[in-house]
Amino acid sequence: MTSTEPAGVANTAANPPVRIIDTTLRDGSHAVSHNFTVQQVTDISKALDKAGVPIIEVTHGDGLAGSSFNYGFSAVRDIDLVAAAAEAVTNAKIAVLLLPGLGTVNDLHEARAAGAGMARVATHSTEADVSVQHFRAARDLGMETAGFLMLSHRTEPAQLAKQARIMADAGCQCVYVVDSAGALLPHGVRNRVDALVQELGDDAMVGFHGHQNLSMGVANSVEAYRAGARSIDGTLRALGAGAGNTPTEVLVTVLDAMGIATGVDVEAALAAAEEVLAPIVTRMPVMDRSSIVQGRYGVYNSFLLHAERAADRYGVPAYQILRRVGEAGYVGGQEDMIIDVAIELAGLQRQAAEHNERVPA
Amino acid sequence: MDHRPRPIAAIVGPGNIGTDLLIKLQRSGTLDVRYMIGVDPASDGLRRARELGVEASAGGVDWLLDQDILPDVVFEATSAKAHEANAPRYREAGIAAVDLTPAAVGPFVCPAVNLDEHLDAGGGTTSNINMITCGGQATIPIVAAVSRVTPVPYAEIVASISSRSAGPGTRANIDEFTETTSHALQSVGGATRGKAIIILNPVEPPMVMRDTVFAAIGPDADREAITESIHRMVAEVQQYVPGYQLKSEPQFDDPRPDWDGNGRVAVFLEVTGNGDYLPPWAGNLDIMTAAAARAGEQLALAWAATNEKEQVTTK
Repeated sequence: MTSTEPAGVANTAANPPVRIIDTTLRDGSHAVSHNFTVQQVTDISKALDKAGVPIIEVTHGDGLAGSSFNYGFSAVRDIDLVAAAAEAVTNAKIAVLLLPGLGTVNDLHEARAAGAGMARVATHSTEADVSVQHFRAARDLGMETAGFLMLSHRTEPAQLAKQARIMADAGCQCVYVVDSAGALLPHGVRNRVDALVQELGDDAMVGFHGHQNLSMGVANSVEAYRAGARSIDGTLRALGAGAGNTPTEVLVTVLDAMGIATGVDVEAALAAAEEVLAPIVTRMPVMDRSSIVQGRYGVYNSFLLHAERAADRYGVPAYQILRRVGEAGYVGGQEDMIIDVAIELAGLQRQAAEHNERVPA
Repeated sequence: MDHRPRPIAAIVGPGNIGTDLLIKLQRSGTLDVRYMIGVDPASDGLRRARELGVEASAGGVDWLLDQDILPDVVFEATSAKAHEANAPRYREAGIAAVDLTPAAVGPFVCPAVNLDEHLDAGGGTTSNINMITCGGQATIPIVAAVSRVTPVPYAEIVASISSRSAGPGTRANIDEFTETTSHALQSVGGATRGKAIIILNPVEPPMVMRDTVFAAIGPDADREAITESIHRMVAEVQQYVPGYQLKSEPQFDDPRPDWDGNGRVAVFLEVTGNGDYLPPWAGNLDIMTAAAARAGEQLALAWAATNEKEQVTTK
């Protein structure tokens, strides 16, 4: 694509390249309630590989072993989808996500055997030390590694940098500032990425994973790049939890316009989004009341569809459930508390109605 | 009236867990807690034990086994590795062991569910029992309450604990929690397949331990009988963990194709600690020490009775 870069922006030579990781087949799994089929995974992986995306993440939205009552059961086992993706690509590396406390080192062994070349280990942004055994195991298995500090907006930059150090010392090669609720604004991204870059130096790369709740996915990714992040996540057409992720095809287009090399063919990325993903996915994430509330109150994005289901079941609005969940400070993985909150709100609603009946107007 | 002296107990591992356990055992009075054992002379835990009137030594298990009066039962609150090394020595010395580490040398015990099986006089007393995990102690009774009414093809539990109540041992080997709890959901809870999830939440002030149990049940399962069984079990657990309670009535979901045609019962629990040595939000630690105290008392009584009988027979 021809660059129509305005004057004054640094040329390509001065702009270090950035690595794009596409997680349509992992974070996007939330948006399809973990119902991806082998054929869909094959088609999407092929299209991304053809576009030159170097790393494709494929797992249940909540990572290996995520298939469950609490997070939703997968239509097809993770390991079979990883194998299908590994089979479909010629150049791309397949990554898997693992949340300690849910997935285990045994799951990592299985994923490695199925063809995964990278392990991304995710913890809440203050709990990095639970990932140490998984990073060590991943490196022993010869896998590349990345670490996810989830809900990074809840942790101050200096504290976040200490957590990043724990991951790096355990064998993590790239630590991500993960904006799991789409709650960060550009200055919050800058402060955090900058703190991690200062802390990690040459010991590990810094990455950024953004969401669209406040429409900041691409803008925050650009800000992260400027602060030194050299690995950025996206998903095709923003398919992902909550309001969706940074859209890969927009991200690579913007980076191209800025003269920053990604190694991704922009035309092919646009084709993957338009011709391969769009026909497969019937319901795209949108910035609606519930997901904007998630961004504003910092609520973990994969809670959205669970809150909508609980709203149906218990007759209380989803956005009210999400707001209460945000106020209570629940973290990624506590999907069970959504039902708990819905029951509580339904009880309050009932009490209020009874009260109104008793009190004459 | 039974005039036998109280069985003698020792606690090995003078950390937070060991101290909390000591307070519970002293309050109950069923056991004569004689010794607190550590390895560090400067340990706060040993000092606390002395203040509570217990003989405390930093001489380790060597010191304990050198005593003229050996304990009938030892509570191990050290680490899996330490217990693996100590267990054969306790057995040789004729001391029963209640293991609060993940070593699982002996069978899994959840007092409300299967303690009786391991105290069975006819079949001989088990000399080493393992207390599973905190999440296991909180959730296995509920799975057992459902599975005694109707088959449970799959049980899944989510344990949420405050970050401050998760020690370095738990953090360094979190896989142990998920794997051990999953196994015990099957072998003790009675589910065909088990799955366990643990979440650490750093919110301040610290959150009280929460546990959720999801059990798959057949489409025609008797919901009233299940609810009644769960309430009965909660009352049973409350006898040794007063802060154990249902947050809401059991929630039933109709069968779904993606649940293999099964329905589901979901149970939401809260475990508030007794605030003995550990703060009330550390319900995860409280339920371990409370379960261990309960099991240890019963085990020690049965063990002492068996030993006495053997001595009489040999004479």
